Amino acid sequence: MEVLDIDARAAKLGIDWSQVNLDSIQLPPGQDFGIESDDEAVYHDDQSEFDTGFGNIIVVDHLPVVPMEKFEKLEGVVKKIYNQIGVIKENGLWMPVDPDTKMTLGYCFIEFNSPQEAQNAKEKSHGYKLDKSHIFAVNMFDDFDRLMNVKEEWEPPQARPYVPGENLQKWLTDEKARDQLVIRSGPDTEVFWNDARQKNPEPVHKRPYWTESYVQWSPLGTYLVTLHKQGAAVWGGADTFTRLMRYQHSMVKLVDFSPGEKYLVTYHSQEPSNPRDASKVEIKVFDVRTGRMMRDFKGSADEFSIGGPGGVAGASWPVFRWAGGKDDKYFAKLSKNTISVYETETFSLIDKKSMKVDNVVDICWSPTDSILSLFVPEQGGGNQPAKVALVSIPSKVELRQKNLFSVSDCKMYWQSSGEYLAVKVDRYTKTKKSTYSGFELFRIKERDIPIEVLELDNKNDKIIAFAWEPKGHRFAVIHGDQPRPDVSFYSMKTAQNTGRVSKLGTLKAKQANALFWSPTGKYIILAGLKGFNGQLEFFNVDELETMATAEHFMATDIEWDPTGRYVATAVTSVHEMENGFTIWSFNGNLLYRILKDHFFQLAWRPRPPSFLTAEKEEEIAKNLKKYSKKYEAEDQDVSLLLSEQDREKRKALNEEWEKWVMQWKSLHEEEKLARQSLRDGEVSDVEEDEYEAKEVEFEDVIDVTEEIVQESM
Amino acid sequence: MTMECVNPEGLRLDGRQFNEIQSSSHDQTLESWIRPILLKGHERPLTCLRYNRDGDLLFSCAKDHTPTLWFVDNGERLGTYRGHNGAVWCCDVSRDSSRLITGSADQTAKLWDVQSGEQLFTFKFGSPARFVDFSVGDHLAVITTDPFMERTSAIHVKRIAEDPQDQVGDSVLVINNPDGKKRINRAVWGLLNKTIVSAGEDAVIRIWDTETGTLLKESDEEVGHKKAITSLCKAADDSHFLTGSLDKTAKLWDMRTLTLIKSYTTVVPVNAVAMSPLLNHVMLGGGQDASAVTTTDHRAGKFEAKFYDTILEEEIGGVKGHFGPINALAFNPDGKSFSSGGEDGYVRLHHFDSNYFDIKI
Repeated sequence: MEVLDIDARAAKLGIDWSQVNLDSIQLPPGQDFGIESDDEAVYHDDQSEFDTGFGNIIVVDHLPVVPMEKFEKLEGVVKKIYNQIGVIKENGLWMPVDPDTKMTLGYCFIEFNSPQEAQNAKEKSHGYKLDKSHIFAVNMFDDFDRLMNVKEEWEPPQARPYVPGENLQKWLTDEKARDQLVIRSGPDTEVFWNDARQKNPEPVHKRPYWTESYVQWSPLGTYLVTLHKQGAAVWGGADTFTRLMRYQHSMVKLVDFSPGEKYLVTYHSQEPSNPRDASKVEIKVFDVRTGRMMRDFKGSADEFSIGGPGGVAGASWPVFRWAGGKDDKYFAKLSKNTISVYETETFSLIDKKSMKVDNVVDICWSPTDSILSLFVPEQGGGNQPAKVALVSIPSKVELRQKNLFSVSDCKMYWQSSGEYLAVKVDRYTKTKKSTYSGFELFRIKERDIPIEVLELDNKNDKIIAFAWEPKGHRFAVIHGDQPRPDVSFYSMKTAQNTGRVSKLGTLKAKQANALFWSPTGKYIILAGLKGFNGQLEFFNVDELETMATAEHFMATDIEWDPTGRYVATAVTSVHEMENGFTIWSFNGNLLYRILKDHFFQLAWRPRPPSFLTAEKEEEIAKNLKKYSKKYEAEDQDVSLLLSEQDREKRKALNEEWEKWVMQWKSLHEEEKLARQSLRDGEVSDVEEDEYEAKEVEFEDVIDVTEEIVQESM
Repeated sequence: MTMECVNPEGLRLDGRQFNEIQSSSHDQTLESWIRPILLKGHERPLTCLRYNRDGDLLFSCAKDHTPTLWFVDNGERLGTYRGHNGAVWCCDVSRDSSRLITGSADQTAKLWDVQSGEQLFTFKFGSPARFVDFSVGDHLAVITTDPFMERTSAIHVKRIAEDPQDQVGDSVLVINNPDGKKRINRAVWGLLNKTIVSAGEDAVIRIWDTETGTLLKESDEEVGHKKAITSLCKAADDSHFLTGSLDKTAKLWDMRTLTLIKSYTTVVPVNAVAMSPLLNHVMLGGGQDASAVTTTDHRAGKFEAKFYDTILEEEIGGVKGHFGPINALAFNPDGKSFSSGGEDGYVRLHHFDSNYFDIKI
């Protein structure tokens, strides 16, 4: 109703509009007199109710056909059945009667109070056997409508013309063999080429508000996933990032890919309205390419975690751990006393059964094989020892297990090619007052999986960090006391000693608390993050020598590029200052530095594994000189070009500035007289102001004394 | 009168960064600059530093109530100006070094005889005086006042009498800020006293007509500062000026057209700016807000005076030393020394040595 209409109407009725107190008018509940509320929430509710106008009605078929005499009896029976399931509305049961034969037609309609009850009734009573010849067929009334409209004749679905998909691997064909990285800062998410030659990142794609929480690359780098209120989306393709697929999951919080990027797991948890309840968790598994949901899991957070203390916030991520390898065949979930292993062919449990393992607290897949390692802590106050076991999937055969005594905690570390498993064991000392650490090293690929025990030279050293060399046989340990712990390197096999672990060397008193191996091995960064203000030491483990030391003040994150050529260090917005990232070469040369306020995230785009065989790679490494010649020439060209560009840019800037200065000078000259008059005629301007030494003769009468000189006559 | 001349260690250009930028052989840091003279006379954070035209005297104001005068050559304290009853926010000295004007949180601006330290006149306002500036010829002064209670922020123009006996407190012109709740941090005279340039918390630079008090120009929102403007520094010939802002940038503007010419980006909020009268260098000072300094490492705050190449907008180096944000910076008019004042209550007087003048990037 327009305001004018209202005024006219009011005048007609003789109401003085200005006298009416609008706030005092109360409409009867549920009545709006055809006036649409501008409150969107109210409007929405109405809408949804309207949609399901007949949603609370079900149709029950295959009732017995009875004459009028038995009508009431049948009605009574049906009412009795359905009243057990839900509440039938008053006069909500209607059984039509054939007016000619006065017999019922063998079906009835039942109206419930709510669509949920109707749905429930349908599910529960469909197939209900009243007697041998009367088995209920129950449908929703709404469905009936839909089913009636099915066309009689089958129409072949129209074949859509083939549209070639985008080349999702295009970024790998970059001529300069550069790598990409994504950063988030402020509202923007940006993808760059890391152009180390130009000492600058080259923008690929930038989008404000691309994601609502964070972004993540898929493990082989094909997709970039963004999170939104409605669900997750993956982006990728040839040149610009186009949206390839969406996955509906409202309020998705976390995502995880399977290692072969076939599946995407999305996670959402809802805080319970009652704080004593566990939060609700919903997890969905999607097929990445088709976007189809393969399975969803719902439940309370307790079912998805082992109920650590204060597990209110939700489960520990990732809930589902994927078995190694590209096949994406199995994934496992750990919950209280059970390990559930699913296989992706049917998305159901292997052998339809979970594995019961009392008190299991941690599981870990081998990165390459379907072997699961699990840890069970001590029970019964030490009567039952702690256990680390390797289980083969899908056979569920225990390959190896080791009992460990007086253990306080265990951490499992797989080497990236699945050859070794290191278990860091924290044991109580005899007094039980403190702990010390050692390692149990499993050689997975050898017969019977031999286990070796490794203790540090000083048994009491605390272990601060541990890391396997990717694809290699070595590992590094930071141990000792802060603030200057030691770093030791060990090898699982050396030329002299193939079956035993041996120490390569120890670096004393390093300012480091984190280890970052290059993805190709050989090089490692000993980093002192947080308390150490971002100390970096670039170390060559082959030669056991330091290549460079540097500092990225306050650095919070370190990430190697997938080829091991460059390293990014970043200060994220946990610090207020110096947000941004720095790119270094593998040997510790600072290449460039980008500052960005509110810097949240940096991630290199992963690359799929190389197709080259190990032998071929070795051959290239041997003849590196031959291969690198071509690139050296290119490098030189680029650096020449760069300095040329730089020179030109500087020249242009200087010329521009010179123009300003000339203009200012001439205007300044023009205004000279005006300025002079403002200064009461003082001529000197600042720039023509040279000191002039003037000699000023100054005479002053200091004192006058009269002396009478006696005149001698 | 007490006098302290301390020569602590500290004047140092951040060597590493310096090397990175430099392409030529000048990888000597400015460590070899002559050590700074530490002027310790104030008990509270510094607010303002001004040299006289000859460059032999330095005036400093701080949140304690006493502006102080120093000899530039040796850092000797020459005297103090006693009379204010609140933090002194700013000062300006006349061209002939005879008069000093100061603005204070005690809601007054005072005119002083530089030589005798005598108070010549007191301008009374209903709110703190934030900034003062003498016009060309020193016959006029512009004074800005803060929003306070009911009062809005405003720009006042006062006539400065030749003879202090004739001095009156009346304003020739009063300009109220369009956004009266926001402070005007700086207001300086434009060309030939025809305009006044103001800047403040609303991040907008405005040029006013001094005849009529009408607004002539406003800085472009696109290219302008995004946060409060804290400082402003004019070129010697008034042709351009530099503004510093909490948005971590400093910007160079043409005085006549208010065109943005250059922009300098740093990593910390900028509290103070200065332009070298000798070389194409600009100097920015600032640091993490004192209330936000929680980290234990002094480097975290970035309390450095940073030098930038005016034309290339590239960082040349920095001078460390303060252990609080830098609030005030000033170049000596001869361009051969500068001073910085910090939240830490110190004034550091730096003389450049010959290396500085050879810097090439």
